[in-house]
Amino acid sequence: MADSSVTTTPKVSRPSYEHPWAVRFCHWANAVSVTVLAMSGLQIFAAFPAFGSKIPQENLIDAVPEAVALGGWLGGALQWHFTFMWIFAAIGILYVVSQIASGHWRTLVFVPRDVAGLWPMVRYYFLFGPKPAATGQYNPLQKQAYTTALLFGTLSLLTGLVMYKPVQFSTLGWFFGGYHGARLVHFLAMCGLLAFIPGHLIMVLLHGWDNFASMITGWKRYPDYTPGDRP
Amino acid sequence: MSEQPPQRSRRELLKLSPVLLLGSFAVPSWREPLLERGVAWSDAASAMIFRRDHLAASHADADVVPFEQFPYNGYDVIEPDIDFANWTLAVSGAVARPGTYALDQIRALPKRTHNTRHICVEGWDVVGRFGGARLADFLALAGADPGAQFVTVTCADDYYESLDMETALHPQSLLCYEMYDRPLDRGHGAPLRLNLPTKLGYKQAKYLMTLEVAHVLPARRSYWGDQGYSWYGGL
Repeated sequence: MADSSVTTTPKVSRPSYEHPWAVRFCHWANAVSVTVLAMSGLQIFAAFPAFGSKIPQENLIDAVPEAVALGGWLGGALQWHFTFMWIFAAIGILYVVSQIASGHWRTLVFVPRDVAGLWPMVRYYFLFGPKPAATGQYNPLQKQAYTTALLFGTLSLLTGLVMYKPVQFSTLGWFFGGYHGARLVHFLAMCGLLAFIPGHLIMVLLHGWDNFASMITGWKRYPDYTPGDRP
Repeated sequence: MSEQPPQRSRRELLKLSPVLLLGSFAVPSWREPLLERGVAWSDAASAMIFRRDHLAASHADADVVPFEQFPYNGYDVIEPDIDFANWTLAVSGAVARPGTYALDQIRALPKRTHNTRHICVEGWDVVGRFGGARLADFLALAGADPGAQFVTVTCADDYYESLDMETALHPQSLLCYEMYDRPLDRGHGAPLRLNLPTKLGYKQAKYLMTLEVAHVLPARRSYWGDQGYSWYGGL
C-alpha cells in the first residue's frame, strides 16, 4: 500500500456507534480483572522473587511495594488470583466469541498488509510527521497494540494453566519449557500487558472526552472515520 | 441508525451495569466469602480434571538436585520430638483393620522409587528422589472402605492434612520413608511422610503419626488450607 500523503480528512459530524455492548463490557471488566491479577500476581511473586534455583536463591527484587500488591500475603493473593483467573478467562472467551460473531475482528487484528502503515503512524505520533489518512476504525499501530495485547492475554492464560496444573497440563507445559518456563513466560506476559497500559492511557487522554465516552456509551459524536467513508 | 438521542446513551450506559458486580469484591464483608467461593470453585474444577492414571513426569537421575539443595521447609520446627524406637502409625476410621502399624509393616509393602518434581506453593521447585510404599497399597492393607472419600493425617509437629481419595489412590502417591535412597532424615519428615507428585508441597505432610480414612472432612482439614490456601492443592 502506498504511503499516504498529507490529507485533511473532512470532519464527519454524524455520530457513529463505535463499540457494541460486548466490547465495552469486556473492556471495563477486563480493566478490573487485569489490575487484580497483576497486583495479586506480584504479591505471589514476592513469596519467591526469583526464576532460578531455591538453593541458592537469587532474588530479582527485595520486596514488592505494598501499594502495588494485593492480598496481604501469599495465601490471600492466591485467593484473588484463583478467583479472578475465571473472570479473566470468561471475559476473554466472551470477547473473542463476540468479535468473531460480529466480524469486528477484521477491523482489529493486525495483518501483514498493516505493516506498511506502521511507520507513517509512528512518524505521526512520535516524530511530528503528517497525519496519515484513516483507513479503518483502527490505525495500523493501534491494531498492532490491540493484537499484541490479546496475544499476551492468551499467553498469560495458557502459562497460568501450566503453572496451576503442571501435571494435568504437562503436554501444554512442554511448549513453554515446563513449570519453570511457564512461570517465566507468565511473568513476561504480564510485563507485556502492563506495557500496553501507559501508551493506551496517554492516547485516551490525547483523544479527549468524546473518544473516552464512546467506550462507555458506545457512541462517538465526531468520529474520525465511519465505515461508510471507506475510500 | 446513526442518530444518537440522549436516552440511547443512557440505555447503553445501563447495559454496562453488570461490570458493577465486580464492585462486590470491594465490599469488605463480602470479600472473604466471595474469594472463598472462588477458591472452592477452583478446587472443584481441579478435582474434576484430575486423572488417576495420568502420571507426573519422572526425571532422569541426572536431573535430581543434590540432596543439599532440597530445602527443609517446615512450618514450625524441623526436628519435632519423636520416640523413633516405639514409633507406629495409628490408623483409624473407615478401615477393616484399624490399629497401629510399625514402619516394618509399611516397608514390607512393594517399594516404589521415583524422581519427581516437588513444587512449593511459593513458586520454587526441585526434582527429588523419593522411595516408599504406595499409599493405595497401604490403604488396601488396612482394609480402607473403598467408598470413603478422604484420608486425613496428623503429624508429630501438630501439622495436619487431608487428601481426596482419588489422589490417595494415585499410583505415585507414597507413604515415603526414603529420600535419595536413604532413610528419611529428620528435617525431611522421619520416619514417615507423604510424597504426592500430584500435589503441592504443603499437602505432603511430614512426621506422620496418625492416618484416618474418613467419609467427611474434619473441621481441621489442612494446616495451611485452613488459613487460606487451596485445600485441594493439586498439580
